[in-house]
Amino acid sequence: MFNIAIVILSSALLLTLYRFLKGPTLSDRIVAFDVLSIMSISLLVLLSLHFQRELYLDIALVFGLISFLGATLFARYIEKGV
Amino acid sequence: MELIGYLFIFLGVLAFVVSAIGLLRMPDLYTRMHVGTKSTTIGTLLVIVGVIFIEPQWFLKLSLIVIFILLTNPLSSSVIARATHRDGLTLKNDEMKEITK
Repeated sequence: MFNIAIVILSSALLLTLYRFLKGPTLSDRIVAFDVLSIMSISLLVLLSLHFQRELYLDIALVFGLISFLGATLFARYIEKGV
Repeated sequence: MELIGYLFIFLGVLAFVVSAIGLLRMPDLYTRMHVGTKSTTIGTLLVIVGVIFIEPQWFLKLSLIVIFILLTNPLSSSVIARATHRDGLTLKNDEMKEITK
Protein backbone atom coordinates (compact mmCIF):
# COMPACT_ATOMS: atom_id res chain seq x y z
CA MET A 1 0.00 0.00 0.00
CA PHE A 2 2.64 2.46 1.14
CA ASN A 3 5.01 1.59 -1.71
CA ILE A 4 2.32 2.20 -4.35
CA ALA A 5 1.54 5.62 -2.85
CA ILE A 6 5.24 6.54 -2.85
CA VAL A 7 5.65 5.43 -6.50
CA ILE A 8 2.65 7.50 -7.64
CA LEU A 9 3.86 10.54 -5.70
CA SER A 10 7.38 10.24 -7.16
CA SER A 11 6.00 10.06 -10.70
CA ALA A 12 4.11 13.31 -10.02
CA LEU A 13 7.34 14.81 -8.66
CA LEU A 14 9.24 13.79 -11.80
CA LEU A 15 6.59 15.32 -14.10
CA THR A 16 6.76 18.58 -12.16
CA LEU A 17 10.55 18.50 -12.26
CA TYR A 18 10.35 18.28 -16.07
CA ARG A 19 8.27 21.47 -16.12
CA PHE A 20 10.74 23.06 -13.70
CA LEU A 21 13.69 22.30 -15.99
CA LYS A 22 11.93 23.12 -19.26
CA GLY A 23 9.61 26.04 -18.33
CA PRO A 24 9.89 28.88 -20.86
CA THR A 25 9.69 31.83 -18.47
CA LEU A 26 10.95 32.48 -14.94
CA SER A 27 7.40 32.49 -13.53
CA ASP A 28 6.80 28.96 -14.82
CA ARG A 29 9.84 27.78 -12.92
CA ILE A 30 8.68 29.55 -9.76
CA VAL A 31 5.22 27.93 -9.96
CA ALA A 32 6.83 24.53 -10.55
CA PHE A 33 9.12 25.14 -7.57
CA ASP A 34 6.11 25.97 -5.39
CA VAL A 35 4.34 22.77 -6.46
CA LEU A 36 7.54 20.73 -5.89
CA SER A 37 7.94 22.05 -2.37
CA ILE A 38 4.32 21.33 -1.43
CA MET A 39 4.63 17.80 -2.85
CA SER A 40 7.79 17.23 -0.83
CA ILE A 41 6.00 18.35 2.35
CA SER A 42 3.51 15.53 1.92
CA LEU A 43 6.37 13.18 0.93
CA LEU A 44 8.01 14.00 4.28
CA VAL A 45 4.72 13.32 6.10
CA LEU A 46 4.43 9.94 4.37
CA LEU A 47 8.06 9.11 5.23
CA SER A 48 7.44 9.96 8.88
CA LEU A 49 4.51 7.53 8.76
CA HIS A 50 6.74 4.82 7.28
CA PHE A 51 9.74 5.20 9.60
CA GLN A 52 7.59 6.06 12.67
CA ARG A 53 9.66 9.18 13.37
CA GLU A 54 7.79 12.21 14.64
CA LEU A 55 10.84 14.38 13.94
CA TYR A 56 10.14 14.46 10.20
CA LEU A 57 6.92 16.39 10.85
CA ASP A 58 8.96 19.28 12.27
CA ILE A 59 11.15 19.18 9.18
CA ALA A 60 8.01 19.31 7.00
CA LEU A 61 6.76 22.38 8.88
CA VAL A 62 10.07 24.24 8.57
CA PHE A 63 10.33 23.23 4.91
CA GLY A 64 6.89 24.72 4.22
CA LEU A 65 7.94 27.98 5.87
CA ILE A 66 11.18 28.22 3.88
CA SER A 67 9.47 27.40 0.57
CA PHE A 68 6.80 30.06 1.16
CA LEU A 69 9.54 32.60 1.82
CA GLY A 70 11.38 31.50 -1.33
CA ALA A 71 8.33 31.83 -3.59
CA THR A 72 7.54 35.27 -2.19
CA LEU A 73 11.12 36.44 -2.64
CA PHE A 74 11.27 35.28 -6.26
CA ALA A 75 7.94 37.02 -6.98
CA ARG A 76 9.36 40.21 -5.51
CA TYR A 77 12.40 39.76 -7.74
CA ILE A 78 10.18 39.54 -10.85
CA GLU A 79 8.25 42.64 -9.82
CA LYS A 80 10.95 45.00 -8.61
CA GLY A 81 14.34 43.51 -9.46
CA VAL A 82 17.11 43.00 -6.93
CA MET B 1 -9.09 2.67 10.43
CA GLU B 2 -5.86 2.08 8.53
CA LEU B 3 -7.85 1.30 5.38
CA ILE B 4 -9.73 4.63 5.57
CA GLY B 5 -6.41 6.40 6.07
CA TYR B 6 -4.83 4.79 3.02
CA LEU B 7 -7.94 5.63 0.99
CA PHE B 8 -7.46 9.32 1.84
CA ILE B 9 -3.72 9.08 1.07
CA PHE B 10 -4.41 7.57 -2.36
CA LEU B 11 -6.98 10.28 -3.16
CA GLY B 12 -4.42 12.95 -2.24
CA VAL B 13 -1.66 11.36 -4.31
CA LEU B 14 -4.03 11.15 -7.29
CA ALA B 15 -4.72 14.88 -6.89
CA PHE B 16 -0.94 15.41 -7.09
CA VAL B 17 -0.76 13.41 -10.33
CA VAL B 18 -3.62 15.47 -11.80
CA SER B 19 -1.75 18.63 -10.82
CA ALA B 20 1.49 17.45 -12.44
CA ILE B 21 -0.26 16.47 -15.69
CA GLY B 22 -1.99 19.84 -15.72
CA LEU B 23 1.34 21.61 -15.27
CA LEU B 24 2.61 19.83 -18.38
CA ARG B 25 -0.50 20.21 -20.52
CA MET B 26 -1.80 23.73 -19.89
CA PRO B 27 -0.92 26.38 -22.50
CA ASP B 28 0.19 29.40 -20.47
CA LEU B 29 1.22 30.53 -17.02
CA TYR B 30 -2.09 31.55 -15.47
CA THR B 31 -3.87 28.28 -16.29
CA ARG B 32 -0.80 26.37 -15.09
CA MET B 33 -0.97 28.31 -11.86
CA HIS B 34 -4.67 27.48 -11.51
CA VAL B 35 -3.92 23.76 -11.80
CA GLY B 36 -0.70 23.87 -9.83
CA THR B 37 -1.89 25.59 -6.68
CA LYS B 38 -5.47 24.47 -6.08
CA SER B 39 -5.08 20.75 -6.57
CA THR B 40 -1.82 20.60 -4.58
CA THR B 41 -3.61 22.23 -1.65
CA ILE B 42 -6.37 19.63 -1.68
CA GLY B 43 -3.80 16.86 -2.22
CA THR B 44 -1.76 17.84 0.82
CA LEU B 45 -4.91 18.15 2.92
CA LEU B 46 -6.07 14.66 1.91
CA VAL B 47 -2.65 13.06 2.56
CA ILE B 48 -2.41 14.66 6.02
CA VAL B 49 -5.99 13.67 6.92
CA GLY B 50 -5.12 10.10 5.94
CA VAL B 51 -2.02 10.12 8.17
CA ILE B 52 -4.18 11.48 11.02
CA PHE B 53 -6.50 8.48 10.55
CA ILE B 54 -3.56 6.07 10.77
CA GLU B 55 -1.61 7.77 13.60
CA PRO B 56 -4.09 9.75 15.77
CA GLN B 57 -1.47 10.74 18.37
CA TRP B 58 0.24 13.06 15.84
CA PHE B 59 -2.93 15.15 15.52
CA LEU B 60 -1.46 18.38 16.93
CA LYS B 61 1.60 18.71 14.67
CA LEU B 62 -0.27 17.55 11.57
CA SER B 63 -3.08 20.06 12.12
CA LEU B 64 -0.41 22.74 12.57
CA ILE B 65 0.98 21.84 9.13
CA VAL B 66 -2.57 21.91 7.67
CA ILE B 67 -3.31 25.37 9.09
CA PHE B 68 0.05 26.65 7.85
CA ILE B 69 -0.51 25.33 4.32
CA LEU B 70 -4.06 26.72 4.22
CA LEU B 71 -2.71 30.14 5.21
CA THR B 72 0.38 30.40 3.00
CA ASN B 73 -0.41 28.48 -0.20
CA PRO B 74 -3.08 30.87 -1.64
CA LEU B 75 -0.96 33.79 -0.50
CA SER B 76 2.16 32.72 -2.37
CA SER B 77 0.24 31.87 -5.56
CA SER B 78 -1.51 35.24 -5.43
CA VAL B 79 1.83 37.02 -5.01
CA ILE B 80 3.36 35.15 -7.97
CA ALA B 81 0.32 35.90 -10.18
CA ARG B 82 0.35 39.60 -9.29
CA ALA B 83 4.07 39.92 -9.96
CA THR B 84 3.76 38.18 -13.34
CA HIS B 85 0.79 40.35 -14.31
CA ARG B 86 2.67 43.54 -13.46
CA ASP B 87 5.64 42.24 -15.40
CA GLY B 88 3.39 42.27 -18.47
CA LEU B 89 2.54 38.68 -19.39
CA THR B 90 -0.87 38.21 -21.03
CA LEU B 91 -3.04 35.14 -21.56
CA LYS B 92 -2.33 33.02 -24.62
CA ASN B 93 -5.97 32.72 -25.70
CA ASP B 94 -7.30 36.07 -24.57
CA GLU B 95 -10.94 36.10 -25.69
CA MET B 96 -11.76 39.41 -24.05
CA LYS B 97 -9.12 41.14 -26.18
CA GLU B 98 -10.84 40.12 -29.42
CA ILE B 99 -14.27 41.10 -28.09
CA THR B 100 -13.21 44.60 -27.12
CA LYS B 101 -11.19 45.15 -30.27
